[in-house]
Amino acid sequence: MLTVLFFGRFREELDCARLEIELDASCADLNSLQQKLVSENGSRWRDVLGQDNVIRALNQEVATGNQGLADGDEVAFFPPVTGG
Amino acid sequence: MSATVRVRVQEGDFDVASLQRSLLQGDAAEGAIATFTGYVRNSNNDRPVLALELEHYPGMTERSITSIARDACARWPLLAVGVVHRVGKLKPANQIVWVGVSAKHREAAFAACEFIMDYLKTRAPFWKKETGPDGSHWVDARQSDNERAGRW
Repeated sequence: MLTVLFFGRFREELDCARLEIELDASCADLNSLQQKLVSENGSRWRDVLGQDNVIRALNQEVATGNQGLADGDEVAFFPPVTGG
Repeated sequence: MSATVRVRVQEGDFDVASLQRSLLQGDAAEGAIATFTGYVRNSNNDRPVLALELEHYPGMTERSITSIARDACARWPLLAVGVVHRVGKLKPANQIVWVGVSAKHREAAFAACEFIMDYLKTRAPFWKKETGPDGSHWVDARQSDNERAGRW
């Protein structure tokens, strides 16, 4: 099982904070997971997750590039941060 | 000797005097403490701000700030680092963030305090939502913040 989290503007626009997804070949890495979320959930998801400023974190570390996923991983999608 | 690092993410307010004292380790090794306190401004991009809501990523936010503080400890000879960041609903004039650094000498304390603040703004997962007279909107990241962090 994968835990998928959304934060900030993405959480609000997708009306979704958290998903649990069965890990299989269709979401074996970050790119395919993102593609699966877009293709299975419609145009709003494509608009949000198709932006070029999407930040992806794997197990609470920002992921640069594509990375393979394992059972129990926590993936997060969020926009550029604005704290401080 | 490794520096003491304390990171807190909390809804409640904080007291800067007691936070500053918490950087002192009791052995009088410190020659300098530099601190930064950030406040909620009453305007942003010339628009009035009536309220601010801060969202974070529980777990990753604390890890990310701790990692930034450790990076600072690797670059400068520091004795202690403290970071407190508030989340939830805030109003103009509220304190939002505090960074404090102690060291033997001021150069390291000043530099590390600014470094931590610059990286916190561009790396730590927080998201601000502002409320003005016309409603609420998510704040966009600033290129100038990325440029400041890029200087280091």
